[in-house]
Amino acid sequence: MSNLSQRPANPVVGQAIPHEAASLHVTGRALYTDDLVQRTRDVLHAWPVQSPHAHAHVTGLRLDDALATPGVVRVLTADDVPGVNDAGVKHDEPLFPTEAMYVGHAICWVLAETLEAARAGAAAVEVDYAPLPALVTVREAIAAGSFQGAQPTLERGDIEAGFDSATMVFSGEFEFKGQEHFYLETHCALALVDENQQIFVQSSTQHPSETQEIVAHVLGLASHEVTVQCLRMGGGFGGKEMQPHGLAAIAALGATLTGRPVRLRLNRTLDMTMTGKRHGFHSDWRVAFDDDNRLVALDTTITADGGWSLDLSEPVLARALCHIENSYYIPNVRVNGRIAKSNKTSQTAFRGFGGPQGMAVIEDILGRCAPLLGIDAAELRHRNLYQKDQETPYGQPVEQADRLHRAWGQLTESGDLERRRAEIAEFNRTHSDRKRALAITPVKFGISFNLTAFNQGGALVLIYKDGSVLINHGGTEMGQGLHTKMLQVAATALGVPLSTVRLAPTRTDKVPNTSATAASSGADLNGGAVKNACEQLRERLATVASQHFGVHPSDVRIEAGRVSAIGSNADPLAWTDLVQRAYFQRVQLSAAGYYRTEGLHWDSAAMRGCPFKYFAHGVAATEVEVDGFTGAYRTRRVDIVHDVGDSLSPLVDIGQIEGGFVQGAGWLTLEELVWDESDRPTRGRLQTQAASTYKLPSFSEMPPDFRVALLEQAEEEGAVYGSKAVGEPPLMLAFSVREALRQAAAEFGRPGTSVPLAMPATPEAVFWAIEAARTGAFGDDLLVGETTLPPQPPADAPHMHPESERLAADAGV
Amino acid sequence: MRNTIDERGGDTARQLEGGPRMPVNLNGVPAPLDDADPHTNALDWLRSRGLTGAKEGCAEGECGACSVLVRRPSGNRSTWTAINACLIPALSLDGQDVVTSEGLGTPDDLHPVQQEMAVRGGSQCGYCTPGFVCSMAAEYYREDRHADPAPAAGDDGEHGPNGFDLHALSGNLCRCTGYRPIRDAAYALDSPAADDEFAARQAEPTPPAVATRVTAAGAEFVRPQSLGEAVKLLGETPDAQLVAGATDWGVSVNLMRARAPRLIAIDRLAELRGLTVGDQVVTIGAALTLSEIERGLDGRIPLLAKLFPQFASRLIRNGATLGGNLGTGSPIGDSPPVLLALEAEVVLTGQNGERAVPLADYFTGYRQSVRAADEIITALRVPLPLAPHTAFHKIAKRRFDDISSVAVAFAIDIEDGVVSRAAIGLGGVAATPLRARTTEAALVGAPWTAETVQTAARTLAAEGTPMADHRASSDYRRAMLATSLPKFFAQFEQEETAR
Repeated sequence: MSNLSQRPANPVVGQAIPHEAASLHVTGRALYTDDLVQRTRDVLHAWPVQSPHAHAHVTGLRLDDALATPGVVRVLTADDVPGVNDAGVKHDEPLFPTEAMYVGHAICWVLAETLEAARAGAAAVEVDYAPLPALVTVREAIAAGSFQGAQPTLERGDIEAGFDSATMVFSGEFEFKGQEHFYLETHCALALVDENQQIFVQSSTQHPSETQEIVAHVLGLASHEVTVQCLRMGGGFGGKEMQPHGLAAIAALGATLTGRPVRLRLNRTLDMTMTGKRHGFHSDWRVAFDDDNRLVALDTTITADGGWSLDLSEPVLARALCHIENSYYIPNVRVNGRIAKSNKTSQTAFRGFGGPQGMAVIEDILGRCAPLLGIDAAELRHRNLYQKDQETPYGQPVEQADRLHRAWGQLTESGDLERRRAEIAEFNRTHSDRKRALAITPVKFGISFNLTAFNQGGALVLIYKDGSVLINHGGTEMGQGLHTKMLQVAATALGVPLSTVRLAPTRTDKVPNTSATAASSGADLNGGAVKNACEQLRERLATVASQHFGVHPSDVRIEAGRVSAIGSNADPLAWTDLVQRAYFQRVQLSAAGYYRTEGLHWDSAAMRGCPFKYFAHGVAATEVEVDGFTGAYRTRRVDIVHDVGDSLSPLVDIGQIEGGFVQGAGWLTLEELVWDESDRPTRGRLQTQAASTYKLPSFSEMPPDFRVALLEQAEEEGAVYGSKAVGEPPLMLAFSVREALRQAAAEFGRPGTSVPLAMPATPEAVFWAIEAARTGAFGDDLLVGETTLPPQPPADAPHMHPESERLAADAGV
Repeated sequence: MRNTIDERGGDTARQLEGGPRMPVNLNGVPAPLDDADPHTNALDWLRSRGLTGAKEGCAEGECGACSVLVRRPSGNRSTWTAINACLIPALSLDGQDVVTSEGLGTPDDLHPVQQEMAVRGGSQCGYCTPGFVCSMAAEYYREDRHADPAPAAGDDGEHGPNGFDLHALSGNLCRCTGYRPIRDAAYALDSPAADDEFAARQAEPTPPAVATRVTAAGAEFVRPQSLGEAVKLLGETPDAQLVAGATDWGVSVNLMRARAPRLIAIDRLAELRGLTVGDQVVTIGAALTLSEIERGLDGRIPLLAKLFPQFASRLIRNGATLGGNLGTGSPIGDSPPVLLALEAEVVLTGQNGERAVPLADYFTGYRQSVRAADEIITALRVPLPLAPHTAFHKIAKRRFDDISSVAVAFAIDIEDGVVSRAAIGLGGVAATPLRARTTEAALVGAPWTAETVQTAARTLAAEGTPMADHRASSDYRRAMLATSLPKFFAQFEQEETAR
């Protein structure tokens, strides 16, 4: 067992404790970025001027009326930028554009004494536009050949031989929508020039270091002149990984130019119309099964709808390619990926980061094909699960495939699936207007950033003379319980009670060059770093104690703030006494911790290697009931067995599993981004741009019977205290909801009916699926027993070669 | 329209009439409303005072992050009522008792609701949490909570063993938890302790409404003391905005930047707050909130009882009124189809007196009605006896707190197997809510059989002119019209069999 995964006796990790800020949350005293405005004097408020066109040249900008509006102080335009007029890392996101690329694109920003005045000022800015043709749907972009970034191909085996050997083949087409993050706290930044002429930006950001970099390059400053702090976020889900940077830069630019603090908070309408979302995808696919109903080949071309700029679309696409097969072994695979450039918001990271979109393709294929193969969908899925040490299409062995089988078995038993399937069959036999179904789906999700360089973390741990401990680390808190886990890790590593440790807000002047808190990696990376820092300190303190007890340092025990030694009869020392002694002996009481994930390698041009430290696994079974009159449905019961390793914090982890599941179910069944695809002047406008029109799960979508179990005997060798990442993987357990709805709809037809089901599977979509089942229409796109070749990339298609990877190569790594 | 700008410190522009304004009793401390303009919503005012618990998540009453407690009248007593602070004018709180999450407890002395939410993992990011806490506290203090029968086996899962009605949280959104731990916290709540100060306050009547009149930032907020005064004020300023629950006002102010020159608060006018059940008619005051009507009727109009849980959320129902729902005239309001099926009349009062209009004749076009500019909707009259067989079908993406794509309300009577009376109200299928007259005619006099239903369903499918939008396609809307009668018939048969 590695040192990293080993737990001491009576560890604080593993205890089910509430969120570290829970008592602040419930009393309204937990502060978020916008709560700081009332604590700051003379704040100016920012409001954007948004393009009403999906695509247009900006040919004129007149500010006189805006500047004459009472309360307006300044209008920020491109002329004001001292550094680089760009909000991204790909240099394709002008902060102040001369070409409006989507409806809602911010052209310039008004600063005023009040929000009311800023809004009035923005309304008074006159902009001249020369409209251009706009591509609004992914199909339009594909037809126009409008792509951006790399077009990678992931290939294994011999695709043609696979199809030649098959017993049964199918092909089809699948398009599905994206998802709005709808973090309850919208984007917010508050920037000021501090007493040391330092630019200080409070930002609701998952990536303070990158926010710092972008602010610096927009202002033409060095990174050491800009500090970014993130107190906490009211939800992030990936939506605050890239999107906060430009907003923070606007606020910082305003603060620099006016000498006054600038608050930029997007209200919900601005947030939904301006910021990126989960990518919708399009897929052309063909699939082959052998006479045992095993997958022998999958050939697909998937197109991510990237919106107007590249953003994180390339790594999202890479992860989609790497999760196309979900938990199923497919010997012959070819997946071509490409990113459509369309006139919509710049789609970005969202919990799962392409993984869910990749898996959606195979789960849809299995759900549609199972009835046509004459096999139960659950049996088809189970039969194709990875076996131990089979390799993924990119060549990484699935070392813990047995966990998939264990979880499946445990769920079958604990979920009482056999009995319930019989009950459901009886219910369906006796009810013609309502039908029930139960579906079971697995998840295998790779943990680590695909890009190896990002897999590092830092921490700074300070012990004060009174024994109190303050920890800083590079991760941000967005509700996922990272800080709770880090407190537990520090208390465990130092051997002190939880109350001895306090955590400081995330700041770029404490821990530099951090990676985004993303890819579910927050606890792995920062936990490794916090543990490393604490162990350095513990080692120093053990040496001090060993002299006191007259023993070897390795015989010193520090547990719950009590210091003792094996083989010594001396009275134990209190932690505070040990710290005092160390101080007077001039022993350093602070340490910088560092962690890098070992054993990763990835060739993104070839799409081969071992990009993931490990896989997280899980299995979910969902039972639904569907109303044949309307397509309305209820989730009746959900059972989950999920692999979080040896949990660092079980209450937090179960919260992540349940919350991820419901969020995934929202994407798959309820949440609907509707863009105006008409030729009216409102073309390209997001029609569901408010909570009243974009419906996320509410209490009515909570599974009334919701049973979550953590997979037992699941310690993860090589991760902090034997734990596993948990943020993203459970979202994909929600495929069981959509597949259950498909199966319930099929119950309205003859046995063996294959049902096409739109995604999201809204009541309307389910109603049409029921209608299709009643008539036996399994979808115009689906070919049975014959296939069409998905479109193939041109010979000169650009490879995946992210700039950061090029820089790493240049640096000789 | 160039809108007026709030110039802070410009108190010279501020006119105060109607006597000294009463401060809000905010978390037990007097808080003056001096800096609130007529269009300042209560949320912004609370936050301007440094309170951070109530938060803006959507600014349209959909997410509940701004939920706070207001002590509202309940007979001679009062009840802590959760409302969306983002939707109401701050000035409408004049003299009232308001409690936010900060006032319920402190980190060292958590309120029982806060305690359960904290220890059960009810908060993750914490942003929605103070709002949930306030909504949950209101239900915690509901005095007849324990009178609700314990859930039987096969219950809908929406009532806890402690009588907690989960619909109390239907207007609060959480993006992190998936809700299960929040439900568990709600269902774990005990009764308030004997010395609970908030419970004790419910025995007291609410403070009287204050005759507020404030002019600032180019607009006026006025709370008249009588219906006559309200009608007069409205007559003076035809583009004045009447506000009761303000659930529509808040959305238009926050998102559309609507700025009416005069706001007339009518929510506390006694003339608009009656509820009487007579022999011939039930009269419902137009400014009663839907929650008040629900409590007051206690199921006496079953079709309304079916409507209430499906009408927006508890937070909205605590403010929204039937007068408001009809006054905005939206074709997708949920009460018009039901009131049409109940064959209700609208009572309008203006400078020339009172008149009653059948609701079926009330709507004249998209958000247009026969109401004159100086008229106020004062009451709804539902004639008795009620048709015995009713249903309300709301078609929407989400079951709790959504706007309907199609709504159908049925009220029929069957004598000796023949339909003797039928009223069907439709929403979402035309520019106005409407009666399905052709279908009604096809049903009346026909035997109540599957054959009749099948024929009439085709007729119903042809009523209205449904269109496609982001909520539903026109085909689906049409299909929902077609299936609603067979669904009603199937439910009818099922209930008869069960009987």
